[in-house]
Amino acid sequence: MKQAIGKLLWWFEERLELRTSLWTVMRHPIPRDLRTQVGWLYVFGSTAMTLLVLQIVTGIGLGMVYVPSAGEAYESLEHINYNVELGWMLRAIHNWSANGMVVLVVVHMTQVFLMGAYKYPRELTWMIGVVLFLLTLGMAFTGQVLRWDADSYWGLGVGVAMVGRIPYIGPELVELMLGGPTVGADTLSRFFALHVFVMPGLLFASLTVHLYLVIRKGISEPPKPDELVDPETYVEKYEEKLKTGDPFFPDVFLRDAAFIGLTLLVIVGMSAILGPDGPGAPPDPTLLAVEPLPDWYFLPAFAVLALSPPSLETGIILIAPVIIVAIMFLFPVFAGKGQRSPRRRPVAVLIVIGCFLSYCVLWQLGVQEPWSPHMTAWSGVPVPTHMIKGRSPKELQGAAILQEKTCRNCHALDGQGGQRGPDLTVVATRLTRDQLIRQVVQGGGNMPAYGKELNRFEVEALVSFLETLKPEGYASAEASVVTDRAD
Amino acid sequence: MNSQSGEPPTMETATTRRGFMEWFSWALLGLGSVAMAIPILGFFLGPILKPRADEWVDFGPLTDFPQNSTRLVDVLNPLRGANDGMTGKVAAYVRRIEGETFQIFSTHCTHLGCPVSWFKESGLYMCPCHGGVYYEDGGHASGPPPRGLYEFEHRVEEDRLMVKLGHLPTLQNPGSAHVSGKNS
Ligand code: FES
Repeated sequence: MKQAIGKLLWWFEERLELRTSLWTVMRHPIPRDLRTQVGWLYVFGSTAMTLLVLQIVTGIGLGMVYVPSAGEAYESLEHINYNVELGWMLRAIHNWSANGMVVLVVVHMTQVFLMGAYKYPRELTWMIGVVLFLLTLGMAFTGQVLRWDADSYWGLGVGVAMVGRIPYIGPELVELMLGGPTVGADTLSRFFALHVFVMPGLLFASLTVHLYLVIRKGISEPPKPDELVDPETYVEKYEEKLKTGDPFFPDVFLRDAAFIGLTLLVIVGMSAILGPDGPGAPPDPTLLAVEPLPDWYFLPAFAVLALSPPSLETGIILIAPVIIVAIMFLFPVFAGKGQRSPRRRPVAVLIVIGCFLSYCVLWQLGVQEPWSPHMTAWSGVPVPTHMIKGRSPKELQGAAILQEKTCRNCHALDGQGGQRGPDLTVVATRLTRDQLIRQVVQGGGNMPAYGKELNRFEVEALVSFLETLKPEGYASAEASVVTDRAD
Repeated sequence: MNSQSGEPPTMETATTRRGFMEWFSWALLGLGSVAMAIPILGFFLGPILKPRADEWVDFGPLTDFPQNSTRLVDVLNPLRGANDGMTGKVAAYVRRIEGETFQIFSTHCTHLGCPVSWFKESGLYMCPCHGGVYYEDGGHASGPPPRGLYEFEHRVEEDRLMVKLGHLPTLQNPGSAHVSGKNS
């Protein structure tokens, strides 16, 4: 029996010749330095790749049930969530693994950048890596569209508004993107084609080249301070190191195995506990009481769009991404030699810290949205009682007008309400009566003019209430800063 | 390469014949590829090769719109496809100033397309995304939008309000009321 199996295997081996091809690749030597703790930093790429495979497997599963038709996609997602056996779990895994993939690709890139692993002779590996990063983001965006809820409908609207700003060909590109003059069945189908055929195909092709380069050029050895990369001598030195190297499989792979296993456990756990993401409100263009938000990784971009000055905005939308990608892509061309260790590359470390800090700050702003009116504050957040205690009827009338005229959507009292305009809790210490009247009637700064919406009695009442908004015992602005009038 | 006499061809005829075959093969490949590329490219460029113009839609009798007020109207998008489902609907704000003077606004913010909400209490449209605000007449009041709300062309026909719309308005291709004066 054993002999028969052996014979059969040999029959295949004679034809496939795996011992001299695949097996040698699996056993390719890895520099011995990876044996130390630092070897744990080398596990992110393989884990991201594993998640890509996981995305394909779960994606195929979802593709068997999802209906990529604008009229039925939403219902089919609910069908997967509620009726299909373990459908909710598969959607959850696909979602959390996608999130994990974005995170791991970024972590992997950061590690490669900090350890100078993109330098000679691995510049091209980095460039293909940038392509993989962009494709991962592309998959994230197109995947978000396939969720086909209000966020994805209005998210497409935002995409359209951006593409529509491209000079001359903007309107044509919009029609190409949507597959017609408006968001509909053709839009969903083309994003489906992108997400399921085009981008995965490109991902796999690029990944193949990436892996080929990783194996041909070898995994970079952990950097040592003052061990410079010199294209003249590097390859020779590296090959010397490989002579004492460990085989990738199974020795070095063990760490990857452990980390991949841990990642899979985390994703299964998160999926089981947190469940799938959406679909949210239905993609109905006539339901306007929605506040569209992109998925978390795009929130900083959302914040940038809120904060950039209108005059520069089109430039920021259209040109900044091109510059950023070009810098990322060409970085190794300009910094492909010399020091690799982060201890000797303070600028590289600062760049990374700067990127992460600004990402986090923008992300935080994107979560809080201080620039957005709180659409329900006017009816949902009452004036704090201590502010109306003991007020005259006219002042009370003013407080009612403050609510009724939706001022609270932008202005907070005691921190409650919109953050778009200044908090009015102590406004009377800042503005005089005249200034208040002028601000209300004519607007200014970021505030619309309310002159047409309020008659003079209403303005009178509103301002008399605003004048009471100051801490006990404080003088009002009129008395203290007579000379310091705002423009 | 069988010549009529059965003898091997002379060098000269062989080269001319080879030359012709070479040229012919490349030409055939080129012709075939172009012939195939035309319909395929045409398919992919379809949406711009055959653009669809906005169409007139019935918004209902004039009596539905009280003078000096603004309300939201839902209709079916005249350019919707058979499988569009609820995305084939479209909404627009109708402001009746008085008599037959109307303004019809798109619900898409001119900044980045988010849905603006109308607050009749303050006579303002507010955008939930980046804080864009518009006045009752569609004019820009505050925030990042680069212009006022997109407007659609309208007319009154047998006491019914007709509105011309369909495509998703963008800065360079705004609503039907602006299309003649692009980028207005
Ligand atoms: S989309 Fe309305 S303010 Fe940005």
